[in-house]
Amino acid sequence: MTNRQELNRNLAQMLKGGVIMDVTTPEQARIAEAAGACAVMALERIPADIRAAGGVSRMSDPKMIKGIQEAVTIPVMAKCRIGHIAEAQILQAIEIDYIDESEVLSPADNIYHIDKTQFDVPFVCGARNLNEALRRIAEGATMIRTKGEPGTGDVVQAVSHMRLMQAQIRELVGKREDELFEAAKQLQAPYDLVKYVHDNGKLPVVNFAAGGVATPADAALMMQLGAEGVFVGSGIFKSGDPEKRAAAIVKAVTNYNDPKELAKLSEDLGEAMVGINEQEIQLLMAERGQ
Amino acid sequence: MRIAVLALQGAFLEHEMLLNKLGVDCFEVRQLKDWQQEKDGLIIPGGESTTQGKLLRELGLLTPIREAIEGGLPVFGTCAGLILLSQKVEGNSPAAPEPPRIGTMSMTAARNAYGRQLGSFHTEASFKGIEGKIPMTFIRAPYIAHASEDVEILATVDGRSVAARQNNQLVTSFHPELDMDTRVHEYFLKIVKAR
Repeated sequence: MTNRQELNRNLAQMLKGGVIMDVTTPEQARIAEAAGACAVMALERIPADIRAAGGVSRMSDPKMIKGIQEAVTIPVMAKCRIGHIAEAQILQAIEIDYIDESEVLSPADNIYHIDKTQFDVPFVCGARNLNEALRRIAEGATMIRTKGEPGTGDVVQAVSHMRLMQAQIRELVGKREDELFEAAKQLQAPYDLVKYVHDNGKLPVVNFAAGGVATPADAALMMQLGAEGVFVGSGIFKSGDPEKRAAAIVKAVTNYNDPKELAKLSEDLGEAMVGINEQEIQLLMAERGQ
Repeated sequence: MRIAVLALQGAFLEHEMLLNKLGVDCFEVRQLKDWQQEKDGLIIPGGESTTQGKLLRELGLLTPIREAIEGGLPVFGTCAGLILLSQKVEGNSPAAPEPPRIGTMSMTAARNAYGRQLGSFHTEASFKGIEGKIPMTFIRAPYIAHASEDVEILATVDGRSVAARQNNQLVTSFHPELDMDTRVHEYFLKIVKAR
């Protein structure tokens, strides 16, 4: 692994125990920073609106991203389409802190993800299971998040992705060394990464939860299931009182194991994002990019 | 010996792993009731200083921790920890109100002083009081822009101060907890033992 890859994994380590919030304007970015976000994701439309608008969804205008970079001192992330090498190059050129090669945008390539080892800036990628996670890491992702089902306000998919990943990790840990070659074949992932998970009982990179987190309780749930931090997309700025909700989710991630504190945090947050159930939606973003 | 590790946000687990490697007992501080346990020292980890500062204030930890440090409790801050311990900080958002800080060390930290993630780097350099070179990983790191006379600078990289000590307080802009080198932590534990 190169020095750069190591430094990029290290930045993700610094984000642990934190909340990364989707923002669409410098004003929202400032609200997120003041609420205690450890980073922001700059995008033109939050996933719920992407879903509502339909059509092709692309990388945001670099000018808009720069506006957000100027507004805050915390790391700024931005999304590029799966497989869109040129969008990623553009984001690197404006010195983004992390690129999310994201299924939330329309995929640019139905087969290949970006070879992320060719970039100096770090990448986070979504995964539904250990198979996808290890393939993305092999391509150079230095941070993983569950895909969940973005823009729904429904946490069910993030839960099943996180549970599945953790169960697969436990299964690998329990295997004999001579069974790992076959495990790598089954997972369609490189042997050395499979061996790492077997030896260490965790991914070689930080693993966050994402997709459908809308309340402090959702965030605490994901942390209890093994997430090392949380992305909140539509859940904050689609709610009645974004400022208060954002601050409450930040605190819920720190004290995710203290129900009394969580009860206090969950009080009087105003209206939550309305949300839609997974069964009601036409487009499953999580199916994109395997 | 028992060390408290501030565990509000960031890379606190890495510090705990290093302390375990040295056979030192430690516990996480996530709220006031954790802090009230007996302790011989405190570690403030890397992470986002704005996030940690806000949580320190809102969880009612800021004043008790400040008073304990002023009372002589040994403290070791890395990266965000350095910022939180600095009396003054350059490079915060001009538009936003200044984020809360412990502010017990007589120095000014320059925040994000090496730029964005592309400016993050790894190097090796000397550290006063430790033999040989120390591996140093800088992640969106600060450095010490100014320090008063009673702050001793322990390491410099390219002419910039990146580690310092003021009596019971030790800070580094880099992350000894990310490299498998225990010497800076052992240096801190000597301060703890000497108290």
